[in-house]
Amino acid sequence: MKKQPLFPYDWIVLPILGTAVVILFWVILSSTVSKDLPDPAKTWEESRLYIFEPFADRGMQDKGILSLLGLSLLTVAKGYFLALLIGVPLGFALGLSDAFAKMFDPIIQVLRPVSPLAWLPLGVILFFGTGKDANPWGALFTIALCSMWPTVLNTAVGVRAVPQDYLNVARVLKLSKWKTLWKILVPATLPYMFTGFRISLGIAWLAIVAAEMLTGTAGVGGFLWSEYNAGNNSRIILCIAAIGLVGFVLDKLMGLAEAQFKTA
Amino acid sequence: MSFLQIQNATKSFGSGTSRHTVLRDINLTVEKGEFVAIVGYSGSGKTTLINMLAGLGRPDCGSVTINGTEITEPGPDRGIVFQNYSLLPWMTVFENIYLAVDQIFPNWTAQRKKEETERNIALVNLTRARDKKPGELSGGMRQRVSVARALAMDPQVLLLDEPLGALDALTRGTLQTEIEDIWRRSKKTVVLITNDVEEGIVLADRIIPLSKGPDATLGPAVKVELPRPRDRKALAHDETFKSIKLKVLDYLLGEGARTKTTVTRTLILPDIEPEDITHQPISWSLSSRPKRKKEMHETKIEI
Repeated sequence: MKKQPLFPYDWIVLPILGTAVVILFWVILSSTVSKDLPDPAKTWEESRLYIFEPFADRGMQDKGILSLLGLSLLTVAKGYFLALLIGVPLGFALGLSDAFAKMFDPIIQVLRPVSPLAWLPLGVILFFGTGKDANPWGALFTIALCSMWPTVLNTAVGVRAVPQDYLNVARVLKLSKWKTLWKILVPATLPYMFTGFRISLGIAWLAIVAAEMLTGTAGVGGFLWSEYNAGNNSRIILCIAAIGLVGFVLDKLMGLAEAQFKTA
Repeated sequence: MSFLQIQNATKSFGSGTSRHTVLRDINLTVEKGEFVAIVGYSGSGKTTLINMLAGLGRPDCGSVTINGTEITEPGPDRGIVFQNYSLLPWMTVFENIYLAVDQIFPNWTAQRKKEETERNIALVNLTRARDKKPGELSGGMRQRVSVARALAMDPQVLLLDEPLGALDALTRGTLQTEIEDIWRRSKKTVVLITNDVEEGIVLADRIIPLSKGPDATLGPAVKVELPRPRDRKALAHDETFKSIKLKVLDYLLGEGARTKTTVTRTLILPDIEPEDITHQPISWSLSSRPKRKKEMHETKIEI
């Protein structure tokens, strides 16, 4: 049932009101206790250049905001697809084989809560052999590893939740193992898998910023850290807003993809 | 030698103290081309029984045979229509049935498989819903898809597990007529599981009641000697129909409904151990009769 609107156009008026409250709080904060926090006007003034010249390239870290986001998104995409490529088969193996699940479930449960920040140094060490590429590879490793778990676990749960009825159909028709996998197990698990994909993407986006900050790789996270070191506080706020917006859009897109598979 | 046969089959689930016997001493013979209905209470083990015939579950003891060969696993010679239809929701009607055709006749050309699929869809009057997904169909239509899929396997036996259980009374009537029709045309052996005595009588050559569980067993079979095709309206006043219904209900509500009471006693078996001659006998053991946990047995006695 659809809820009655409180008043006409409340869906647009109320969010604007909420945002205004937050901005007001920000203004008060910057003019009273935190004098170093730039107020909205100053933030806009100092960030304008990065928004109006979104693809400018003035140096290693000094680029337009869309260029920075693009670089970050590219790294995320690589790490994320690596995570899916490893995570989905791993999830299927965990869901299908009791022995496999008993072997690896404990270690997965222990590794899963480890923060991206903790993995990053290890990732860089792993790729020391590659010389100056150790940082980007380490970042990729961290993103892949941290964003993999929701996909692994959701896929495993999905495989276990495949109704016995569907498996009975496969048995009666004597479908081969391969055909059972592709005709029954994969389609029946897809909704669960997509829930995993969505959470994984969120985590990948969280991890990229941390990874870039620590390794100094070019991207929105790296930019944020270099601006902090340079004392350009307004651009930190610009970065936070940009990161948040992109994360929001990514989640909405995944939500749309997920809804496609919720029909069954 | 009967075509389809169950001999002294018993099936239990669970283990230890929670173990309970669902079916006990089941004996059933079905002739080729015969339509047999098994009527029983909900939860009395009807689905367990049909799963044994399908090969989805095996009895703890006794045997289930088709054409003299033991049934050990499911196979396309026994088409089954599941109680909840079990259609694959991500496939269209056509794809659901094509999956079966493709699997049973792998050597056919794509064109022939397609024609066979279309023929089976037409058989259950679903040509117009060909490209719909199960979620877009009504219960009765889904049931027809399920029947078409079972028929597409060209099985020797059609196992129907409460196929019309989830449908309203009017749709049930229509589909009963369709099932009878399909049976008469295809001349397949059919085993129908149902909880509706009248449905069993309208459709079957023979109707067999299944007593109330646990420990459910088959009662005496009643032959249904009514001329076909059977008209549901006329049957309502038919004396033979009424007397068959009475016989079946008599068993189901009388003998078959008796809940068996049991008492459980713990019996202690004498503990006899070989004497260990290398040690002195222990004198203080005289104080009580030796008991060992593993020597205790529980027996159930029916009263």
